[in-house]
Amino acid sequence: MNSSRFSNVAFGVLAWVVALLIFFPILWLLLTAFKTEQQAFSVNPTFWFTPTLESFKTALAQGSGYWHYAWNSALTAVASTLVGLALAVPAAYAMAFYPNKRTDFLLVWMVSTKFIPAVGVLIPMFLVYKTVGLLDHPLGLTLLFTAMNLPIIIWMVYSYFRDIPKDIVEAADIDGASILQTLFKVVLPLALPGLASTGLLALILAWNESFWSITMSDHRAATLAVYIASFKSAEGLFWAKMSAASVLAIAPIIVLGWFTQRQMVRGLTFGAVK
Amino acid sequence: MKATSPTASAASAEVSGARSFARTTRLLMAPAVIFLLIWMLVPLLMTIYYSFQQYNLMMPMYNGFAGFGNYAILFGDPVFWHSLGNTLIIVLASLAITVSLGMLLALLFNRTFAGRGIARTLAVAPFFVMPVVTGLIWKNMLFHPVFGLFAWIARQLGFEPIVWLDQYPMISVIITITWEWTPFALLVLLTGLQSLPEDQLEAARLDGAGALQEFRHIVIPHLGQVLYVVVMLESIFFLTSFAEIYTTTSGGPGTATTNLPYYIFQTVFQQYDIGIASAAAIGAVVLANIFAIMLIRFIAGNLNAGAAR
Repeated sequence: MNSSRFSNVAFGVLAWVVALLIFFPILWLLLTAFKTEQQAFSVNPTFWFTPTLESFKTALAQGSGYWHYAWNSALTAVASTLVGLALAVPAAYAMAFYPNKRTDFLLVWMVSTKFIPAVGVLIPMFLVYKTVGLLDHPLGLTLLFTAMNLPIIIWMVYSYFRDIPKDIVEAADIDGASILQTLFKVVLPLALPGLASTGLLALILAWNESFWSITMSDHRAATLAVYIASFKSAEGLFWAKMSAASVLAIAPIIVLGWFTQRQMVRGLTFGAVK
Repeated sequence: MKATSPTASAASAEVSGARSFARTTRLLMAPAVIFLLIWMLVPLLMTIYYSFQQYNLMMPMYNGFAGFGNYAILFGDPVFWHSLGNTLIIVLASLAITVSLGMLLALLFNRTFAGRGIARTLAVAPFFVMPVVTGLIWKNMLFHPVFGLFAWIARQLGFEPIVWLDQYPMISVIITITWEWTPFALLVLLTGLQSLPEDQLEAARLDGAGALQEFRHIVIPHLGQVLYVVVMLESIFFLTSFAEIYTTTSGGPGTATTNLPYYIFQTVFQQYDIGIASAAAIGAVVLANIFAIMLIRFIAGNLNAGAAR
């Protein structure tokens, strides 16, 4: 009994040490954001210092363009999530409740488009976008994010719909409700928590996306990912500012992620995990 | 569904109802299908087309059909093979590390201890960090040979600081990626562990099964499906790793960390060679397809399991 209690404590301590080690780089970023540039860029790192909001002020100051990039990130992430859900919900609904012999094929096909790597479609997208004026345009990025997330959204929404007992939908059909009435009055209210966590995951993936935003936007449509990536060649000049800007960019997403993690896992694993 | 209608008129209403059902469901499916066709399939076909064209944005006068010329140039380019190898190294090493480490951590965090919820929340946080930020944290604040934390620790211990991105570029990239994705594996596997059938575990314990036997005969089979999902989703993202390389090593030194996406990125935006970049992109698609076949097998199996439910 005593030895098992001891091992429980030991494993608990180990788990805490591991958790703190994993989290440390984020903590270090957070600390650096509250330092002066001199403290941030120093051969001997300072662990104890008087925190200052100076870097946040510089990062958010007029001329830094922070709000421009933040607005683009928010706009493209929210819009692509809404468009994605609007496309996915009807399709997933039809596949989950009114399957026919082609449903399996269609579902697998839709999900497998996620396996077309972004570079596989980059070149035509770039050339077409350039021709039609969608290059460096928020709408262009939004649609690319939608395409990127749609397979995952369909996959998750489908798995949430499949958890709804078919009897409920059949009862509504027999009562003479149309397919759309059944969708809006019966299925959507039941699947709302699942839809919300699907939306949150799509939001997180779009907000964090960097390949499309780096290749397809320059300034006008540039997102926070593009802005922060531009610090990559700033050899030590603006570490505190970079940290402050990064903290502001990742904090809301980390908090969202913490709230939705369990639901997210359930959807992503096709309901393999409850 | 409701095919037991007694009268003929009801039966014919039934048939027309089914027909309108079929039409409505097709309409419901259409927007998603059309969107994916336009944004994924059509561009893919265009990439195939470009891969057979001689097309450099800098040399518009030499455009024209190239046959397999682009592929011949590509296959003769050692950098292409090198980047293909790098892609595989990144995918396989990151998969091996994130899955095994994630499994160990999931077992650790599945135990009861004080403050477990908070500790778990801290441990999964890196997965939600923007990859661009991840790259910069590691490059500037940890790996930096003078001002990085690792260099400081090395000096405190009396060692010469390691120039991580120059001396061990590939290892550095893999460390960065695994820091981001081990929490994902941990998160999914832990959720899987917590949904283990408690009664089966109980029965096994009553039968005198040891911890190892329990793990082998109950935990692993139950987690099989979950593990599969982790491997597949991670493969998708590892095959297309970009931000972590773009912000840290920029594919270097030389081509030491140039993977296929980065090679294509450079061929398009630095050499403006649409034809060769397209041929390389088709290479990336083929590679992804090899992994995709496994995913499709899994989903097909899952659908059948769902139908039997």
